[in-house]
Amino acid sequence: MDANSFFNIGNLIAGILTIGIVSFLYKDNPLYKFCEALFVGISAGYWFVTIIFTVILPKLYDKLISQEYVYLVGGAFGVLMLLRLVPKISWLSNWALAFVVGSTAGVNLIGYLQSNGMNQVKNTILPLWTGAWGSSIGNLIIVVGTFCGLVYFFFSKEHKGVFGGLAKTGILFLMVTFGAAFGYTVMSRMSLLIGRMDFVFGTWMGLIR
Amino acid sequence: MRREVPLIITAACGFIFIIQFFVPHPPLNRVQDVFNDWVNIIAGFAIVLGILNLLRVNLNKMSKKSKGWPYALFTILGLSAYVVIGLAFSGGRSFQNPGTAFYWVYINLFFPLNSTMFALLAFFVASASYRAFRARNKEATLLLIAATILMLGRVPLGEYLSGWLPSGWRLADLSDWIMDFPQTAGQRAIMMGIALGIISTSLRIILGIERTYLGGD
Amino acid sequence: MNFWQKLLAVDRRVIFALVAVAVIIPFFLSFPIKITVSPPVQAVYDYIEKLPPGSLVMISCDYDPPSAPELQPMTETMLKHFFLKDLKVIILGLWPQGSVQANIALEVVMRDPILKAKNLKYGVDYVNLGFTAGNEFVIIRMGTDIHAAFPVDFNGTKIAELPLMQNVRNFDNIAFVFNVSAGYPGTYEWVIFGVDRYRFKLGAGNTAVQAPLVSPYVQSGQLIGLLGGMRGGAEYEEVSHYFGKATGFMRSQTFSHAVVIFFIIVGNLAYFMTRGKRT
Repeated sequence: MDANSFFNIGNLIAGILTIGIVSFLYKDNPLYKFCEALFVGISAGYWFVTIIFTVILPKLYDKLISQEYVYLVGGAFGVLMLLRLVPKISWLSNWALAFVVGSTAGVNLIGYLQSNGMNQVKNTILPLWTGAWGSSIGNLIIVVGTFCGLVYFFFSKEHKGVFGGLAKTGILFLMVTFGAAFGYTVMSRMSLLIGRMDFVFGTWMGLIR
Repeated sequence: MRREVPLIITAACGFIFIIQFFVPHPPLNRVQDVFNDWVNIIAGFAIVLGILNLLRVNLNKMSKKSKGWPYALFTILGLSAYVVIGLAFSGGRSFQNPGTAFYWVYINLFFPLNSTMFALLAFFVASASYRAFRARNKEATLLLIAATILMLGRVPLGEYLSGWLPSGWRLADLSDWIMDFPQTAGQRAIMMGIALGIISTSLRIILGIERTYLGGD
Repeated sequence: MNFWQKLLAVDRRVIFALVAVAVIIPFFLSFPIKITVSPPVQAVYDYIEKLPPGSLVMISCDYDPPSAPELQPMTETMLKHFFLKDLKVIILGLWPQGSVQANIALEVVMRDPILKAKNLKYGVDYVNLGFTAGNEFVIIRMGTDIHAAFPVDFNGTKIAELPLMQNVRNFDNIAFVFNVSAGYPGTYEWVIFGVDRYRFKLGAGNTAVQAPLVSPYVQSGQLIGLLGGMRGGAEYEEVSHYFGKATGFMRSQTFSHAVVIFFIIVGNLAYFMTRGKRT
């Protein structure tokens, strides 16, 4: 074990906090609750400072100092948003919220229609015979799978007969999709743990090189 | 006023962003740019609102001495200390540079707390796999088989187990094939379904039919 | 209770302990690892290899500390690849922690002796624009004017004063964008509000949770290629020969997957053996 890295004050604090959180696996305990509360507070503090220096100062304060007074409107909307905390006049925050919601709805409508709607339809129209069996079967799977998956999600018509058969095929494709999602989720979650163990046994205790 | 003004703002913003996509010329492009910058500013204030609300909830907890109130004190202390460190003791706008007090707290407190909280999920996903993942019917069995092939194929274990098979038939190749074809097909169906939902909801919001975001006022 | 019933009723802390052992033990082993490179990863590598020296590339680090084990190695490898190809790099983050993580990656990468010899200068060879709030609106704004989206850089310096940014206005000046993403905003938003609006070339590195969600974009060509999770990072290290932590971590990944598959098999076996007794 490397004593220098173990007793380095930063590593020591990080190590103790890591153990504090992991202790939850044995049982909920005051150390875990302390770490959790500290995490919430520090996260909020991080965001607050970051927003001040990366948004409020460069995008509002600096603009107003440079006499671009059109940004006063943006600043005013921002202040209206904060009024949500005052019950008597919290309805004013709806004006700021409406601005964001309307803008988001506008860009999303076009964006999703183009990228996740039309582009996906375009790329599902594939040749079912390409001259090679491998790619032909692949294309067929994509066409059939996408179509049947969409049929499954159409709940306005009862899933009976031919329509029901297509929907059942869609379910099979969706099960493969969810299986892939589960497998990848396991991979992802394990990676998070691997990273922490690398810190504990490598960076902190110096047992791994 | 309370309902009409927000609905007009929503509709105006929505239509401007839609029309600008098709008419990207002055003055609409300049209007969109300005609106875009305002959205960024409002988003910043929205985050500040969340933090102030967190402060209010925890102060309330402390003043009423509700269950777990000492932990609310730690939350407030953590928040206040990091804000003071960041605003006053970290070199101003270069607050995130290595060597600043803000950066030190990020590396030694924020990073380990944040990472370890999520690392616990590894244990829970394993426990869920053991207790809940059952091949009760053919759909669940298909899900299980796909998951197993992928979990083996994405790690070197798959290479060791199936290295004797001809190229193109090994677990890694099988998992790539599953991802490229049946998984992509199913995922595309989900993607298109979600897109249709988003398009219709966006249209309803812009036209003022959907008003739940305004709350009960 | 018979053996199978006892197995189903085992304390979950036993399961936790087995997972911990499976992840920790491989750190102390050093068996060789074979990584085959998948086509989506190869595609990203090949595209970057074809970029002429001096081309401007952008890397958007949209992740936070929990996703660092998966995404930090690929960020480091990608930055190394960019610098060794003499590309000019613009770094930014749509997540506040992303640009900090990018700086940490830069620190690691700049220790490489070959890169040290290149004497890369901040503001000339690379810049870190930092973070700004706005999610997809930041991407849309960059499409018209990057200087308006990011008026100052990570250090608070006006980006108009940085030599690298002087002739950069929008995505038309960027040869390639690489997005390292852990969620929202991320690859989805870069494709929807970036690629399909402004028609630039995008490659992505995602957490393993997100990789399946964006796989249709690879088939449709909206993404040039995709690095999925820690495995994607290991594959990129393999294809580029710039080895980092991802390849080593695959040992623990192997054992942990084996343990989870073991749990699934044993859990189902116990379920079927006790199913008759329960009905």
